[in-house]
Amino acid sequence: MGRRPQPIARAGPGLAATGLVLGLTLLPLVAVALAAEAPGRLGPPDVAAIRFTLVQAAISAGVSCVLAIPVAQALARRRFFGRQALVTLMGAPFILPVIVAVFGILAVFGRAGIASDMLAAIGLPRLDIFGLSGVVLAHVFLNLPLAVRFLLAGWQRIPAERLRLAASLGFGPAEMRRHFHLPLLREVLPGTFAAIFLICTTSFAVALILGGGPRATTVELAIYQAFRFDFDLGRAALLGLTQVLICAVAGIAVLRFALPRDLGAGLDRVPPDWPGLGRAAGIADRAVIALAGAFLLIPILLVALRGVTEIVGLPASVWAAALRSILLALASTALAIALALSIAALPRELNGGAGIAAFLGIAVSPLVIGTGLFILLRPFASPEALALPVTGTVNAIVALPFILRGLGPALDAARATQGRLAEALGLSRWQTWRLAYLPRLARPLGFGAGLAAALSMGDLGVIALFSVSGNATLPLEMYRLMGSYRTEDAAGAALLLMALSLLLFWIFDAWGRRNDRA
Amino acid sequence: MIALEGLEVTRGRFRLALSLDVAKGARLALVGKSGAGKSTLLDAVAGFLKPQAGRILIDGRDVTGLPVAQRGISILFQDGNLFPHLDVTGNVALGLPASRRRSGSAEVADALKSVGLDGYGDRRPGDLSGGQQARVALARILLQGNPVALMDEPFASLDPTLRAGMAGLIADLAGRTGLTIVMVTHDLRGLDDLVTDIALLEDGQLAVSGRAADLRADPPEALKPWL
Amino acid sequence: MRPLALASGLIALGAAAAAQDLPVLTIYTYDSFVPDWGPGPAIEANFEETCGCDLQWVAAGDGAALLSRLRLEGERTEADIVLGLDTSLTAAAKETGLFAPHGIDPSGLSLPVAWEDETFLPYDWGYFAFVHRTDLENVPGSFEELAASDVSIVIQDPRSSTPGLGLLMWVEAAYGDGADAIWQGLSDNIVTVTPGWSEAYDLFLSGEADMVLSYTTSPAYHLIAEEDDGFASAAFSEGHYLQVEVAGMVAGTDQPELAREFLEFMLTPGFQDVIPTTNWMYPAAGGELPDGFDTLTVPETALLFPADEAAGRREEAIATWAGALSR
Repeated sequence: MGRRPQPIARAGPGLAATGLVLGLTLLPLVAVALAAEAPGRLGPPDVAAIRFTLVQAAISAGVSCVLAIPVAQALARRRFFGRQALVTLMGAPFILPVIVAVFGILAVFGRAGIASDMLAAIGLPRLDIFGLSGVVLAHVFLNLPLAVRFLLAGWQRIPAERLRLAASLGFGPAEMRRHFHLPLLREVLPGTFAAIFLICTTSFAVALILGGGPRATTVELAIYQAFRFDFDLGRAALLGLTQVLICAVAGIAVLRFALPRDLGAGLDRVPPDWPGLGRAAGIADRAVIALAGAFLLIPILLVALRGVTEIVGLPASVWAAALRSILLALASTALAIALALSIAALPRELNGGAGIAAFLGIAVSPLVIGTGLFILLRPFASPEALALPVTGTVNAIVALPFILRGLGPALDAARATQGRLAEALGLSRWQTWRLAYLPRLARPLGFGAGLAAALSMGDLGVIALFSVSGNATLPLEMYRLMGSYRTEDAAGAALLLMALSLLLFWIFDAWGRRNDRA
Repeated sequence: MIALEGLEVTRGRFRLALSLDVAKGARLALVGKSGAGKSTLLDAVAGFLKPQAGRILIDGRDVTGLPVAQRGISILFQDGNLFPHLDVTGNVALGLPASRRRSGSAEVADALKSVGLDGYGDRRPGDLSGGQQARVALARILLQGNPVALMDEPFASLDPTLRAGMAGLIADLAGRTGLTIVMVTHDLRGLDDLVTDIALLEDGQLAVSGRAADLRADPPEALKPWL
Repeated sequence: MRPLALASGLIALGAAAAAQDLPVLTIYTYDSFVPDWGPGPAIEANFEETCGCDLQWVAAGDGAALLSRLRLEGERTEADIVLGLDTSLTAAAKETGLFAPHGIDPSGLSLPVAWEDETFLPYDWGYFAFVHRTDLENVPGSFEELAASDVSIVIQDPRSSTPGLGLLMWVEAAYGDGADAIWQGLSDNIVTVTPGWSEAYDLFLSGEADMVLSYTTSPAYHLIAEEDDGFASAAFSEGHYLQVEVAGMVAGTDQPELAREFLEFMLTPGFQDVIPTTNWMYPAAGGELPDGFDTLTVPETALLFPADEAAGRREEAIATWAGALSR
């Protein structure tokens, strides 16, 4: 009886998951296009919007990546007390609701922000960040944490033995750069750049609030306008299709330029001190960590300070919405993890395509998805019944690519080691997963689940289209407070939202790390 | 060639304490149960761990406080010996001083020939078998030209036929260059030509040490299971 | 005895079923209408006292979102009434053919302009205005003064928000062909353009701009709800554009009588008295205004395009606006 390597799982669930993602992103687009009374047409303002969208997304992604390089490097090679807590906290902006993040940014860099106050105190003019610079600043604030996390994960994948080898070969800074840093960057950066680029292409509130005017019109705003004021579904569908094309081009570019993942299996030996590191580098690292920490954390701190006195007196409906949002986030997380595991377990030849498909979730406008689903599902159920399930599902799909990114390498590594063992032991697929894979996947799963929960918590997304009075989520409730002059209550709700997002993330992430060495 | 004088290393609760001499050109096999201190000893000699007490001398020179790269030691790791983004030539050339890496292609080719990998220069590590990867690393160690080599389970991932070939290759190269070798292994079988000395560690102590020929002829009780 | 008992039992059962099966009146409205602190709950309670029905609010974003939701649903919509459109949207809303005439005599309305729309009935209104803190010096008295000053303002995008569109119409109504020049003059005063009213107002409160496009009634919120008299609106000599918020009855409603009953109720104190201190607008058929409203700026001239003209001017006005601010 010849033995073939046992597949890690049936392809069925993975293909079904991919199908669900494709269906939930592309079908709504088709539905919107079919509902249109006339074929869409893109005018010169739309072309300008596409151009601006691409330019700001490229600059935002580029700056995020470039800044992430020294930050991740410094965090990777320094061991200090509270490092893990700092890494977790520095991830916070990425999971902040965008509107909260924008007000955090303004509290620091706005005309009335503390940075402006400091400049004014020494007689310099106040900052004016509105315009492209403000858009990029906010996008970097929101996405630098993601870039740092991706790069840091890359650094941590470097087997300790290879660092020992470098030490034994007497590598200096130049050789460390050449043999560790550059290959790592080529492996991680293209995907990181593409992910942030895509996130920024669907940016709506940031570009609109900080953009300073109609010059900063994004595709997402054009879609909003097409839906809301013109009711031009054909144009909305065309713009949505443009987003899909941008995503496809970015995905293919990543596959072409990125180095394949380095699967060097380490033995988890204690890493030596970083080879080729001098005093100057040590000082620089500390400065980089301090600056990045200040940039990412002070706006959050100011949002917290603004809300802390209001949080006790929040209306009961806000607390009810908070509970609803937590439950929604948990359900959404469970779905996201199930989808991610199914897709990650696909055979290699299917894996790459499914990974790109997963990115559609962040590239396609939530407005298009929401409206399309509304058109598709309205005949079968009332929007009230659909609001929370649809929101949870869409949130899960948005989180999917981020979970997959961490899960893929870990699963490959587990396959290469424990997978063989499980095969040798003749374990069933279920046992193989439970005993061999899942323990090795705890860390990326915990991180991914935390991300999914927090993103779902903070997302306003499609709920706005489906919502009725009784089932608002916390972000929606916060918007309603803002819409009724209750900015102070809204500040309290923003803090609550931020705290809950961070808490959910922290709980899952800590679960994933529970077996880590200190 | 290697002298460990009153060496003490602690790692958590584990404590290694021993003195040991390895003669020039000797090829010492460190055996012992898991947790007996083999890897700790190797790490200490290499310089990845700082000893709490004692001295490490290599060729009469005190290297106790020196960084890894300045100890005159080459290391064959159990895994992760090669950089995946460099081809075989690039990996082997890392054994040369930085100034000669570009011009040293003839030396690299010679080293590859001597480990039986003539013509493999432009392959990537990912395209090589485990045994071939180990031989590439060996070629690099040859170019490094250090008097001492540390090897961590050099045969662990090799099947018996490859194991014999690799052992023969190391013995041959060491014989020609006079390399002094300390290797961790859990199995001495088939290594008769390679191993000249044996040391058995138990709970961080040196339980048995001596010439391989003597110990094989009249093995102490503790060593018998390892032979 | 037994048949009687059975009969009375059936009657009791029937009465219980009737209490549960009250006719439902579904009203689509915008988000800020329905929260506990909005007008929705009090109005619902007042109407249900007399209607023998169950009023259900469905919140769907802002005014524009409300209309697009209705268009998506078409004739299948569950809405009996749509409440919360404004005059910049009513022409498009009427064009959908989804609304029925309200059939109510508008003579009880207290708008500063005459109301002749047979489809939509106003429930509140306000003047657009630039709101500022009272410590602002040299408050401009017109768009021209504003453009010439270095007072900073934050406005809303006319492509995504009804106040933004209202400002556009305001400038159109005041300057007509001169709108382009006004926008060019204003471009260096505009700090930024936000997607909706909420973000703009929050930016203003955070100190990012000296003035924000809002309503003459906004200072009343700070005065009454926060006991802060530090806010005012700038009176512009060109006059102020009106926002009139309206409701309309959906033609396909299965509760036409109840819907009409609600529209009538809408102009009575049970609805109107709730508006000033929850929606912070003037009631459309208002009686007494609460204390504090007397301190507000009252513009001398009210500007308002008829719905058709507003709709007709929109596209060109947006192009003018975008062109002037992109330069």
